[in-house]
Amino acid sequence: MAANGDTLTSQSYIQHHLTNAKACFTDEGLSFNYACSDAGFWTWHIDTLAWSIFLGLVFILSFRSVAKKATTGVPGKFQCAVEMLVEFVGKSVKDTYHGSSKLIAPLSLTIFMWVFLLNCMDWIPVDWIGTLSSLIAGESWQTIESGQSHVYNKIVPTTDLNMTFGLSFGVFALMIYYAIKIKGVGGFLKELYAHPFNTPWLYWFNLILETIALVAKPISLALRLFGNLYAAELIFILIATIGLYQLPVHFVWAAFHLLVIPLQAFIFMMLTIVYLSMMSEKH
Amino acid sequence: MNINATLIGESIAFFFFVFFTMKYVWPQINNAIEARQKQIEEGLAASEQAEQDLELAKKEATKKLKEAKSEAAAIIEQAKKREALIIEEAAGKARSESEKILAQGQAELEAERNRARAELRQQVAALAVAGAEKIIARSIDAKAQADILDQLVEEL
Repeated sequence: MAANGDTLTSQSYIQHHLTNAKACFTDEGLSFNYACSDAGFWTWHIDTLAWSIFLGLVFILSFRSVAKKATTGVPGKFQCAVEMLVEFVGKSVKDTYHGSSKLIAPLSLTIFMWVFLLNCMDWIPVDWIGTLSSLIAGESWQTIESGQSHVYNKIVPTTDLNMTFGLSFGVFALMIYYAIKIKGVGGFLKELYAHPFNTPWLYWFNLILETIALVAKPISLALRLFGNLYAAELIFILIATIGLYQLPVHFVWAAFHLLVIPLQAFIFMMLTIVYLSMMSEKH
Repeated sequence: MNINATLIGESIAFFFFVFFTMKYVWPQINNAIEARQKQIEEGLAASEQAEQDLELAKKEATKKLKEAKSEAAAIIEQAKKREALIIEEAAGKARSESEKILAQGQAELEAERNRARAELRQQVAALAVAGAEKIIARSIDAKAQADILDQLVEEL
């Protein structure tokens, strides 16, 4: 649809697809999108929130339905699939995290499944849900086709930094919690300043080094996922601007994401386990 | 990049989902998996045990069969010997019986012959006496010649 629009340029098309739907409270009450340009931090990306919570609910409710009916007898096919995932995650955790924790395994499963489902939104062709949202909002086909739509719906939550940082800050909080729980506040702080150079006159250097190393973990975790999915989404959008030839190209790029999407979910999960295991170990 | 309040919302959602999974999803599924693993393990062990038992039973059966065969052979051997013995015994008995019967017959025959001979002798003697009486009735007294007649009878 991009090729023959009069006022639609590639730039505005891409811009439109990379803009979140926003909501905020202004003097006039609940406002949306353009009205929120001055709202600063207290802006909510309602599309990111809605899709991520919807997909999270899909995850927990479908797994809950299996958990409720879990029998030790011959399992059904869905139960089998869920059990395979549970076993896969359980094995990854057991191989990497050597302490005993009731949290790590379900945490890893949640991260893997949730990130996977969020990434899966990347497979939905970029114009489908955006156009549908505009139509539901009552905009005419001409408006949508010419790129004048004022309805935004960015459906891949992991292409939103708020989503990936939301995840990684959650993991970071757990990292600190585990470090303090296992080593105590003193032990945790001691690792920050007395490592790697255990001489008092280098403590200041250790502190800078270790703090950066610690803070880099959640940031790299979030940026890696964001960067991969944002780039993937951007290329999907670019492919959508090239007209009819987008069909085979889109297919190839989507097929490539059979690899990228589960891999990114797996990496996020594995790094979470590794970080938590690093924080739980005494040096 | 616009970091905003969405971050807080996502963090809350994250902790909620993790909590829910930890409380209501993971333990149940994991327990079911572990229980089934245990069942399968037990089943495998039982089948292995059964296999061993079967092997043992087969050996036992083979042994029993061999024993029975050798026992049967021994019985047959014994029976054959016994048969021969019985036949021999029976043959011996029959032979002696037949000999006995034969001897008895012969003895009876002998006795009959003796009796007949004695009777004949008496009758012949009587006939001779009668004949001689008739011949010599007119001439001689029978009583006077009795010693000669007795002598005759004796010679018969």
